Amino acid sequence: MTTHSHIPRVRTLVLVWLALICATGMTTGVSYVELGWMNIVVALLIAVVKASLVAWIFMGVRYTTSLTKLFVVAGLLWLGIMILLTFSDYHTRSWMYQPQPWSHGPGNGPATK
Amino acid sequence: MAETVVPAGTEPAVEEVHLRHHFATPAQQMDAATLGMWTFLITEVLFFGGMFASYAVYRNMYLDAFASTSQYMNVVLGGTNTAVLICSSLTMVLAVRAAQLSNRRHLILFLILTMIFGVAFLVIKGFEYHAKWVEGLVPGLHWSGYTEHPEFAYHAQILFFLYFCMTGMHALHMVVGIGLLTFLLVQAYRRVFNANYFAPVEMIGLYWHFVDIVWIFLFPLLYLIGHRR
Amino acid sequence: MATLAQRSPEVEAEEVNYLNVEHGWKSWLLTTDHKRIAVLYIISITLMFFVGGLMAVLFRINLLVPEGLFSAETYNRLFSMHGIIMVFFFLVPSIPATLANFLIPIMVGAKDLAFPRINLLSWYLYIAGALLAIYAVVRGGVDTGWTFYAPFSTTYSNSYVLAAAFGVFTAGFSSILTGLNFIVTVHKMRAPGMTWSRLPLFVWSNYATGLIQVLGTPVLAITLLLLAFERIAHVGIFDPNIGGDPILFQHLFWFYSHPAVYIMILPGMGVISEIVSCFSRKRIFGYNFVAFSSMAIAVLSFVVWGHHMFITGESMYTGLAFSILSFMVAVPSAIKVFNWTATMYKGSVSFDTPMLYAFGFIGLFTIGGLTGLHLATLGTDIATHGTYFVVAHFHYVMVGGMVMAFMGGMHFWWPKITGRMYPEAWSKFAALIVFIGFNLTFFPQFILGYLGMPRRYHAYPPEFQALNVLSSAGASILGIGYVIPMVYFIWSLKNGPRAGKNPWGAAGLEWQIQSPPTTFNFDETPVVTEEAYNYGPLEEIVG
Repeated sequence: MTTHSHIPRVRTLVLVWLALICATGMTTGVSYVELGWMNIVVALLIAVVKASLVAWIFMGVRYTTSLTKLFVVAGLLWLGIMILLTFSDYHTRSWMYQPQPWSHGPGNGPATK
Repeated sequence: MAETVVPAGTEPAVEEVHLRHHFATPAQQMDAATLGMWTFLITEVLFFGGMFASYAVYRNMYLDAFASTSQYMNVVLGGTNTAVLICSSLTMVLAVRAAQLSNRRHLILFLILTMIFGVAFLVIKGFEYHAKWVEGLVPGLHWSGYTEHPEFAYHAQILFFLYFCMTGMHALHMVVGIGLLTFLLVQAYRRVFNANYFAPVEMIGLYWHFVDIVWIFLFPLLYLIGHRR
Repeated sequence: MATLAQRSPEVEAEEVNYLNVEHGWKSWLLTTDHKRIAVLYIISITLMFFVGGLMAVLFRINLLVPEGLFSAETYNRLFSMHGIIMVFFFLVPSIPATLANFLIPIMVGAKDLAFPRINLLSWYLYIAGALLAIYAVVRGGVDTGWTFYAPFSTTYSNSYVLAAAFGVFTAGFSSILTGLNFIVTVHKMRAPGMTWSRLPLFVWSNYATGLIQVLGTPVLAITLLLLAFERIAHVGIFDPNIGGDPILFQHLFWFYSHPAVYIMILPGMGVISEIVSCFSRKRIFGYNFVAFSSMAIAVLSFVVWGHHMFITGESMYTGLAFSILSFMVAVPSAIKVFNWTATMYKGSVSFDTPMLYAFGFIGLFTIGGLTGLHLATLGTDIATHGTYFVVAHFHYVMVGGMVMAFMGGMHFWWPKITGRMYPEAWSKFAALIVFIGFNLTFFPQFILGYLGMPRRYHAYPPEFQALNVLSSAGASILGIGYVIPMVYFIWSLKNGPRAGKNPWGAAGLEWQIQSPPTTFNFDETPVVTEEAYNYGPLEEIVG
């Protein structure tokens, strides 16, 4: 036997599953509570926790080599670079999409100043 | 693909049968497959990432329009689908475990369960798409004009366009996943997998979990951003 | 190989190698041998190169007279298809899919790439993409430019955008699979003793390229898909009519396409490192710096894309950040140029054909790179953006850089790939012709751009005619320079003198096995005990 895969315990797997189902209920419930801008933050936080659980236990990142972990982190980092630098544009543009409200005629999409 | 000539009377060890010619050891082959799969998943992260980035840009730009459109999403069906996918992930990981333990009966059982959950997801998704079509919420192809909220009539199309692109790409990945599971099922039925050789089960399992993770983000971002209004 | 003894006497003269081990079209089209796939790629990308080149010939003819010979529509389609074919179907796969495909397993001491069948799949995807692109050409072409900018591509263009976009999409997956294969191969297939610090720099640079292919290309794929959906549904997220932002398309497009510029140069830099070291008979100067500069380029390439958008509407503050970040990429690129020159310093430099191309590369890439800094400067870019200055700049990098490196690499490893030498005098002559033709074609374009001639127009004011005629004349010389090697390479397949194992006296695992190699490259897995570039004589003198 040369493969060195970790065999997870059923109990762990079922507990993770339970946590995921609970988190799904939680995120749905919280979305009905008025939290202002915090709504999206809470929703994303729960999603990140759920995704981490799936990756860490179900996908076995926990038991893999540090090389695999590095690759996973790199993939997320690159997604971060893309979103961050794209937003650096949208958040500092002075000439469009603000202020609200818009004009609503056809062809009046991104309103210029 | 083993090229080795087996002297009469000796059977090659199981792992050698599945060792392709250019690898030195089964461990090397397994390592390469794992790294290759993760690298592929990174490409998938960035593939979906392009849509998530677009979503983020427009949600930030048209906060109210997106909140309004999100009310048209069916939270019950979306939530059910989330639960269905999480269950399928559990059965998938149990299938991998069964393969690791050479438990063929459980492997086949859990593969079938995973496929049932996968198909259930797609059926529910189909009902949702159908409802959107009937309500005229498919931008470009069947758009009723969003007359209840005329102030969002233009910007709403962006969200629905993204909704169909993101969930459509996700559903396409599910279809591919079910195809791969069918392949696994046939292989499992033919007793290909055991404690010494289960790489395909594990790799396709990784893919399946990844598709699950995409949905874990899609659900709150598409379905749950509208209630606060 | 047990079959060796049974071969007929006629073929006994030639050793069994990957080329003659099997015959028939099936043995090629179903092969999983990385060397045969590399040969398939060489043939395919050469064909695409000449298709793209034909477009260039036609629009250079058009530009001979100020009013243009063709209609504006025809001209738009010609330069767009030239760009699409050259970028996605020649430059991106040029060195990775051919030379690197052939050499990386050998250089790391492996029998094949980690995933041979995926390697074959990538070639079929390339062919499918290429056929879609050819279909678009035959039906009348695309007029969006190679960048497919929305909303023109999504809404207004009445050309065959979908076919071309799906072609690029498909070829993109071919590129992803190649990169993925290289990454896993370099990580997991290295022979005993082949540590990271013993890897040839060609492997390093292709590893860095693989990272870019894997991290960038998926974003191009989804962007083109969104474009296609928008074109089909007549509504979408890049559509200003419903509040969409066409500039978002540019963000997503350049997130891939700027790093892709480095897909189109990093492998070339790897080739030059090999050639310069070999023909200077000297260890490469500053191995670690050259290796890590490849990685630095790969990483930094992802944070500079906004410099393509300085005047297309992105925020000026973001422009500022992207401008500064763009300057940072110059550092690792310059490190490489300095190290190549330092390698030649006090080396016993010989002027074989590959080295001539390497000289061409270093000079032309330096010009191309430095003019890139002009364009990364906010103020200068506003004046030169969208002019021939940009055209000249990226042709200096892509043609003066990558194509030179590709030609140099082909001349360097041709004996290994085919087992034959090419005629030395002709090859030197061709290298000279390419260099002269190239500069004659593109240097006038720097001046034209500086004087304000915009790119992508079929007509121009009469005072620009002299420089344009010069450029067209240069293009015809350049074309001859590319046809000559085609002829003598094909000629050498049958008539060239046989090359031994190591015609250049070069270091590296690929020169220790027979030419052409056997299917599994090595009779037994090699054990590496020394660093790359262990060129003896000088060390004996010094040490």
